[in-house]
Amino acid sequence: MQALTNRGKSVSREPMTLMERMYIPSIVKGMAITFSHIFKKQPTIRYPEEKREFSPVFRGLHVLNRDEEGRENCTACGLCAVACPAEAITMEGAERMEGEEHLYKEEKYAAKYEINMLRCIFCGLCEEACPKDAIYLSETFAPANFTRKGFIYGKEELLIPNPVTEPAEFAKARGEKRINN
Amino acid sequence: MTLLAFDWILLLEKLILIAIIVFASLGIALYTTFAERKVAAILQDRPGPNRAGPFGLFQPFADGLKLIMKEEIIPNTANKALFVLGPGLAMTAALMTCAVIPWSSSVELFGRKIDLQIADINIGILYIFGVVSMGVYGIMIGGWASNNKFSLMSALRGASQAISYELAMGLSLIAVLMVSGSLSLRTIVDQQMAAGSMWNIAYQPLGFIIFFVCAMAECNRTPFDLPEAENELNFGYHQEYSSMKLGFYLFSEYINMIMSSAVMASLFLGGFDIPFLDESTLAPNTAAILGLLALLTKIVFFVFVFMWIRWTIPRFRYDQLMDLGWKSLIPLALFNMLITGAFILWRQG
Repeated sequence: MQALTNRGKSVSREPMTLMERMYIPSIVKGMAITFSHIFKKQPTIRYPEEKREFSPVFRGLHVLNRDEEGRENCTACGLCAVACPAEAITMEGAERMEGEEHLYKEEKYAAKYEINMLRCIFCGLCEEACPKDAIYLSETFAPANFTRKGFIYGKEELLIPNPVTEPAEFAKARGEKRINN
Repeated sequence: MTLLAFDWILLLEKLILIAIIVFASLGIALYTTFAERKVAAILQDRPGPNRAGPFGLFQPFADGLKLIMKEEIIPNTANKALFVLGPGLAMTAALMTCAVIPWSSSVELFGRKIDLQIADINIGILYIFGVVSMGVYGIMIGGWASNNKFSLMSALRGASQAISYELAMGLSLIAVLMVSGSLSLRTIVDQQMAAGSMWNIAYQPLGFIIFFVCAMAECNRTPFDLPEAENELNFGYHQEYSSMKLGFYLFSEYINMIMSSAVMASLFLGGFDIPFLDESTLAPNTAAILGLLALLTKIVFFVFVFMWIRWTIPRFRYDQLMDLGWKSLIPLALFNMLITGAFILWRQG
């Protein structure tokens, strides 16, 4: 019969020799192998103290972006919601009033912006769809919650800290992977 | 007045010794559970328990507390009296073994010479064998009283395993007894300590291997842990047990391990003998303490080897287990006995 792969090994069916039947040599061999593992380096990452670095292409929790003056980028155009294959994003737009120019970058902004983290599949299509560079996926992931409602993230959870008033938090939330703002 | 003429201080001395040895073996068994987890982890490139206290050193207390706090369940269909008796018997039998083991030579305290051994009886080894066989009743009664077919099956396995291996164990021991000519463990140790004599392992290498394998089987350790084979018998004879009754079973296994290590150290590795050192040149108290440390080192070594083997080789199949016991170890032990006897006769001329 033709072999399907060339990885097959022929098995010896010969009866065991006396040395093999004593088992002790092979047991000693096995014990030497396990003993050598005492000196091996442990691959364990001690979780709460140490954390595994995410890869630069990691797609984590969403962040709603601000520009360098601290104004929200989002114009509630809805392209992210359209692009979302899991239909996790909902929003309501509102018009920028007189005197709110320091809060919102353009004339329209998202009054309500919600992402259901239970529906989200973290594909990053919202990020690709956004023409204003207003949403991107950060390097953190959604923490556990007690209720389903707790997984619907609103603007308070999603919005990045203000770079003018809280530069340290902004830098931390922004992470290192995004170059352009 | 004859009752009052009894040496009451001797009684007190022995009671204190018993208390110390029992509590010490419980404490050591506590940390053996920890050592087991650590050794397993290190052999598998893991850190092991390291959360409770520095290096996880408080882990055994956390485990013990957990076992005590668990709900005590006695199944409706179980035979209640026997169900409670099982773990108690297993534990008692395990602890009783330590009575005849000579932990060290003697110390001099308050003008008294105190032997560090609870009872130096002249049938020491027979006593150990008797007590160890009683441990099987713990398994058997527990498994039967649970009224659960898995428990019963594993109890039966455990009993037949213990009986078959006790036979080979006893036969391998006879050769040692032929060399030493005494059943008292202290005499056997003293003979190995005497100047110019070697440890019994040098005279009885084959006997030692047989005894070691049988001791592993007696303690229900992997590769002979068929009574507890998790994946074929769910959990073995302690399947229906919870809380501290389960703890007693698990604990007795570790105490058995320590005691059989102590017996092996005494019989084959010179007990509390320190190699290449003449103890009689030291002060008696120093010699006793050093001897105790030497014995503990040997016990720790054996316990480590037990664990090392457990995390290296898989479990035997049941028929392989019986084959090994009856068809290999017993003939080997008989052969060993024959050779030893012939050699002793030849030496005597």
